Amino acid sequence: MKKIEAIIQPFKLEPVKDALHKMSVQGMTVTEVKGFGRQKGIREVYRGMEYQVDFLPKVKIEVVAPDDKVESIVKTITEQARTGRIGDGKIFVYPVAEVIRIRTGETGDAAV
Amino acid sequence: MNSGDTAFVLASAALVLLMTPGLALFYGGMVRSKNILNTLMQNYIIIAMIGIQWALFGYSLAFGPSQGGFIGDLSYLGLQGVGAEPFKAYSETIPHQAFMVFQAMFAIITPALIIGSWVERFKFSTFLVFVLLWATLVYDPVAHWVWGDGGWLKSLGALDFAGGTVVHINAGVAALAAALVIGRRQGYGTEAMIPHNLPMTVLGAGLLWFGWFGFNAGSALAGNGLAAIAFVNTHFATCGAALGWMIVEWLVRGKPTMLGVASGAVAGLVAVTPAAGFVGPMSAILIGFLAGVFCYLAVLAKPKLGYDDSLDVVGVHMVGGLWGALATGLFACKAVNDAGADGLFFGNPAQFGIQVVAVLVTLVYSFVISVILLKVLDVTMGLRVEPDEEVAGLDLAEHQETGYSL
Repeated sequence: MKKIEAIIQPFKLEPVKDALHKMSVQGMTVTEVKGFGRQKGIREVYRGMEYQVDFLPKVKIEVVAPDDKVESIVKTITEQARTGRIGDGKIFVYPVAEVIRIRTGETGDAAV
Repeated sequence: MNSGDTAFVLASAALVLLMTPGLALFYGGMVRSKNILNTLMQNYIIIAMIGIQWALFGYSLAFGPSQGGFIGDLSYLGLQGVGAEPFKAYSETIPHQAFMVFQAMFAIITPALIIGSWVERFKFSTFLVFVLLWATLVYDPVAHWVWGDGGWLKSLGALDFAGGTVVHINAGVAALAAALVIGRRQGYGTEAMIPHNLPMTVLGAGLLWFGWFGFNAGSALAGNGLAAIAFVNTHFATCGAALGWMIVEWLVRGKPTMLGVASGAVAGLVAVTPAAGFVGPMSAILIGFLAGVFCYLAVLAKPKLGYDDSLDVVGVHMVGGLWGALATGLFACKAVNDAGADGLFFGNPAQFGIQVVAVLVTLVYSFVISVILLKVLDVTMGLRVEPDEEVAGLDLAEHQETGYSL
């Protein structure tokens, strides 16, 4: 099992979610996060006071999937979240040691 | 006694009351989220505390029989003698109590305006004492000078329809004193201090615009033609100011902003306040438009001047109030209201001079007394919360609660 963690543009959440839904991904966890990469921050102005805002709003999607589905999920997220401009985000893939479904106590792929 | 006038003034009093909760939202949205409750709280507790002060002795000091034009006496202590009969010196057609409670709402919002200068650092206990003393020693006398029967600035002929001098210049210059004496917030100029909820600020500005019809039109103290004139001027000046701020900001910075339009609207409301019952509608539009321009430029100048008037009470209320009071001396016209006077543009330059005197007297008096009060409170009670409390936020440090939980 692997955990796929994707940091994407907030307005790309809907298309990514819909595409993952169509390929029968069973669940996901979504978090509003802030951060910066090569895009760096932006400048905001309030009544003439100008501030450098380093952390830009992004959305983090976490999906845990069996090994054989990882490649297609990463491909789908990459296609759906891409605008081609700087700031589209990143995808990280981690190994998952164990999964337990709390309600039934099932473990492993059956619990994903 | 006239039932229409009475109903109008009572409804106007309720509108003016709503301005202070509106102001709470206007200011609350501009502070950081860790200080939202403290900012709202200061507004609401002023409603309660100055409400009581007004009933006990504030009203009597401001509107009681004049002692040499400088202060009212204590005839109306505890509202004794303030009943359902008219107070003929102010209006023959509404109950004395209706006039008193309408004025109470002005006494409440004036110190609430100053809050914007000291948010995010002023110790709550000291804040309470300062506001009570300021209302008693500054607001009540100045209201008496300008509006009281026999008040010395009123006798001089100064025009202030609904409180440009008494409310806005008075509060605005006290805000300058507070920003200078209390000092800057930690991190001012180096840390980003971004408004935490601008939609809240914009809603507050909308409530202020709405309530201001009571403030200005209600100041006619009757449901009559003068009230309609003040209502119309209030609206069109505010439209002009919102546009004025937006246009000049767009030219200077390249983008029009929502905070700018909301601030411009408030600047226009401030500037038209003294003029509302004395000028024509085209003059009102011009007064408003220029208020938007002047107040934006004043706000831009603040960082260069170095003081931390956190929410621009000086830039909006003092500058807008000064412009409005002087503009009244330019644009006032007896053809609009023959109880007023002609201004400089209508052949009476003397009126402009009288306006300047009233403005200068208020600036100096309010500034000096505010500085003295704050200096005394600094050595007796302390003005600021502890540095670590300021970092943690005043909601937790002063009130042990937070505005937002996960």
